[in-house]
Amino acid sequence: MRYVKDVALVVRSKNAGPYELTFDLMFPNAEVFEEVRHSITKEKIAALYKIEESQVLSIIHFAPAHAVKITIIRPRPSGDLGETDVYGAQQHTPLFELTY
Amino acid sequence: MNELRILSPTAILGYGFPLASFQAGLDRDPHAIAVDAGSTDPGPYYLGSGQSFTQRSAVKRDLRYLIEAALERKIPLIIGTAGGSGAKAHVDWNLAIIQEILKELKLQANLAVIYSDIDREFLLQELKKGRVEPLGPVDQLTEEDILAATNLVAQMGLEPIMEALERGAQIILAGRAYDPTVFAALPVLKGYDPALALHMGKILECAAIAASPGSGSDCLIGYLDADSFILEALNPARECTSLSVAAHTLYEKSNPYVLPGPGGALDLHATTFEQLPQGRVRVTGTKFVPTENYALKLEGARLIGYRTISIAGVRDPIMIRQIDEVIASVKERVADNFQDLREYQLHVHCYGKNGVMGLLEPHPEAAHELGLVIEAVAKTQEIADTICSFARSTMLHFGYPGRKSTAGNLAFPYSPSDVSAGAVYTFNVYHLLEVDDPKRLFPIKMGRSEL
Repeated sequence: MRYVKDVALVVRSKNAGPYELTFDLMFPNAEVFEEVRHSITKEKIAALYKIEESQVLSIIHFAPAHAVKITIIRPRPSGDLGETDVYGAQQHTPLFELTY
Repeated sequence: MNELRILSPTAILGYGFPLASFQAGLDRDPHAIAVDAGSTDPGPYYLGSGQSFTQRSAVKRDLRYLIEAALERKIPLIIGTAGGSGAKAHVDWNLAIIQEILKELKLQANLAVIYSDIDREFLLQELKKGRVEPLGPVDQLTEEDILAATNLVAQMGLEPIMEALERGAQIILAGRAYDPTVFAALPVLKGYDPALALHMGKILECAAIAASPGSGSDCLIGYLDADSFILEALNPARECTSLSVAAHTLYEKSNPYVLPGPGGALDLHATTFEQLPQGRVRVTGTKFVPTENYALKLEGARLIGYRTISIAGVRDPIMIRQIDEVIASVKERVADNFQDLREYQLHVHCYGKNGVMGLLEPHPEAAHELGLVIEAVAKTQEIADTICSFARSTMLHFGYPGRKSTAGNLAFPYSPSDVSAGAVYTFNVYHLLEVDDPKRLFPIKMGRSEL
């Protein structure tokens, strides 16, 4: 069992508009990207964030940047009552536990 | 078809740029200078309140150089999403800065101001006609939402900016605009491929963020020809790489292959990013797929109350072990004491436990010390002050089980301990509006500097 974070160059989170949160995992080259990309599933993301799989809107593989993009529904619209991270820039760390 | 060059000085007007980079951009003889001034990222407060999230003096500093260079070279300066959110209050705030600079520089210019505010009565009618749809995971729009929004804007497409250019504007100040439009309007007016022009704009709008190392406060230039565009960073410390430019396509969006905008979407399935010498990247293959009906993105925010916060630390391990129970008990005491004040929200952010991720936190175990932010939001500032103050004093002296530190539970860094933080807004409109005419909702006001 190996950790995705150990081979990823970038693991980041950010708002994609006020209602969605998007995560980018970028890999150093096509080989690593190919090796890792299919192990990132909606099921694993839902388990890491303790959310329903239906909250994981999409997982998209973007070969030109050797990247996998994951988008989930924000727990609340950006800046709404109870907000903890208006920009959504610090929601990525559970992804450090992704394995492949 | 000759090459067309568009200079992007900075990611957001007011974020600044090194003068050497800007001069390097001017040395390449650009046909236009364009800059995006806005974002929804800083949250709903700015759209709702009409305030800018950038500071006036920083915006003025940037604009002084841009205006001077554009007028001297007789090339247009195009500014999108004025004042950060693009409502009338933001546009007028930015216009006053431009007029002040022109006066100080003793310059005159043809100005065009394009407003993007949506009339509520008009939108109510369009809603009844079924021409409004939610955008993403959002509820259907209601009449109540429309009436409650303090500011309501639509993202304009290329057409209003192209018209202002055709009418001879030297400085164009646009309200809420789809980010790439300010960069793509001149190329499309001159007959360049809208797909390439918009894709180039999509990258230029973040300026040197697409370079490596990236920066939101440095310049980027785009060279557009008939079937490709090239990007170049203007600071020798940065370069564009095929990876940095491709990676930027992912930034702040949910799907890098399909980038929707007014009237259609950019399709990147066949896009290639080719590394060129000297830190430049050539992009080809992007398509524009028009939608059957032209739709505009609407944004609105409404006031939900007023906020008061109090910041405090907790170090006692006996209290930290039962912090959730203490917070719940304090909330109960507040509710019991103010039974006549039902319309408030009391929330305690618990840093050191789940303050950053809240509901998404998979490991809500407490650290050896906690930072608390007690937050009250109520319909008046006075009620918010009252609730926050009472929650703070209740928690300070709360007698939890096993308590040994009977003199007080909280460490306050400040006196006064409570801060009245003012109005609180929430996004309440994020929808698509189908329109017959992409220009009609965006009135253009033109004139000399006085306007």
